[in-house]
Amino acid sequence: MEPNNPVEPNSSTEPPTNGRVSPLDEVHRAAGASFTDFAGWRMPVRYSSDLVEHHAVRTAAGIFDLSHMGELVVEGPEAAATLDGALAGLLSALEIGQAKYSLILDPRGGIIDDLVVYRTGPDRFLIIANASNVGTVESELRARAGGSAVTITNESDRTALIAVQGPLTLSIVCETAGFSIAGADTRAALKALKYYRCIAGTFRGEPILIARTGYTGEDGFELYTAAESAPALWRALIEVGAPRGLVPAGLASRDTLRLEAGMPLYGHELSRDILPVQAGLGRVVALNKESFIGKDAIAKGPATDAPVLVGLRGEGRRAARATYSVYASTSPDAPPIGVITSGALSPTLGYPIAMAYLNPAYSAPGTEVHVDIRGTRLVASVVPLPFYRRSS
Amino acid sequence: MTDPTTLRYTEAHEWVLVDGDTVTIGITDYAAEKLGDVVYVDLPATGTTITEGHVVGEIESTKSVGELFAPVSGEVVETNQAVVDSPELVNSDPFGAGWLIRVRTSSIGELLTYDEYRTHTE
Repeated sequence: MEPNNPVEPNSSTEPPTNGRVSPLDEVHRAAGASFTDFAGWRMPVRYSSDLVEHHAVRTAAGIFDLSHMGELVVEGPEAAATLDGALAGLLSALEIGQAKYSLILDPRGGIIDDLVVYRTGPDRFLIIANASNVGTVESELRARAGGSAVTITNESDRTALIAVQGPLTLSIVCETAGFSIAGADTRAALKALKYYRCIAGTFRGEPILIARTGYTGEDGFELYTAAESAPALWRALIEVGAPRGLVPAGLASRDTLRLEAGMPLYGHELSRDILPVQAGLGRVVALNKESFIGKDAIAKGPATDAPVLVGLRGEGRRAARATYSVYASTSPDAPPIGVITSGALSPTLGYPIAMAYLNPAYSAPGTEVHVDIRGTRLVASVVPLPFYRRSS
Repeated sequence: MTDPTTLRYTEAHEWVLVDGDTVTIGITDYAAEKLGDVVYVDLPATGTTITEGHVVGEIESTKSVGELFAPVSGEVVETNQAVVDSPELVNSDPFGAGWLIRVRTSSIGELLTYDEYRTHTE
């Protein structure tokens, strides 16, 4: 037996000894986590079981350490204008406390990274970048800011990010003692916090940014705090949540959760070779802005036969995996019509799901295609994304 | 559950239980842990002739795909239908109910002892 296609190639119960470690590393080791190298960080891939963690998030709650994510603060009188020119979205339109999913594009319109941008003050924005891209995003932002009146600070090393996701998240966070929001009834403020909004507060006196965001398809909070404050916050949330079914959840379950929710992952669905519209992200680009990097290429659009991102539903239990080829038929002479970018046997739905870039002629829902799964062509149908949408 | 110290092993993380000219084959706890939750097992049919070192099956977890290499040459005389129906047995009882195939063989090549295998996985 040799695992030959691991998504986390270095998954191991023995933590890699090199690389960067989360401020919660000791907590994870004590919890018996298996670790993986993720963009140079040693992060938990699972604590007990991918499936248990996945189902806990769908039915109760899971707590994730996402401290490897990058945090960049852009502030100054010209912060909003700078971001309007640097990113794909209209960030100057954000209200204070509002968040927006955005992209940073290269001049060819290709995706350098996908981002969540929070407006945390009139002239202050917090940008969340993928761990593998934070250095590139930081240097691009600096170059694009030019001589504008903004300062850009990379807060990644001193910031921890803890996500609590799942239908019981609100009640767990509300009942965890120690949260405080100045001038407000804390519980009422947490309950009133809408999706893609954030509010500043404290936890046991330490500053914390509480955001109603996530990457699982469930309700949830993402909590940004100083690295040294993270272990106490993590333990407090587990103490309250564990009796209700909250479990610590690793990156393996995070990947199957986001896949079911049809959310793209940089390096799989997104890259510099992909224009936003190909990934179904045309809505993220504010083409009515006067100028932003990538605008000309986006306005021109991709070639009419450029591949587009689709969802695929398979049969049986064998999942298509990233890099597998997709064909129009089972004929050995049939040319490939696309490639799988992510795939798994969906833990929630019970059938194989995948995302793929396909020739647009084959992208209509209901189209039957064939995936080469290690030498066997298995049938799959194009279906709309997402695969899973929470009720209510 | 079989006593793992009485089994023989391969460097590809299979275990082999020898009983006369029949061997029972599975994957080790180490391999099961590395894979994560096993969700699909593809095994050779009864009657198939298999050759030592060749890929004869697949073990898929949510996150990865493992290939099953034949640790011996011979004829498959039984496959574990329980593990096909409930692949999680590979995780919960890799040395027992999670066995994969039984093979009738005329010769058993060089296999690792328990201690040698444990050294290999350290």
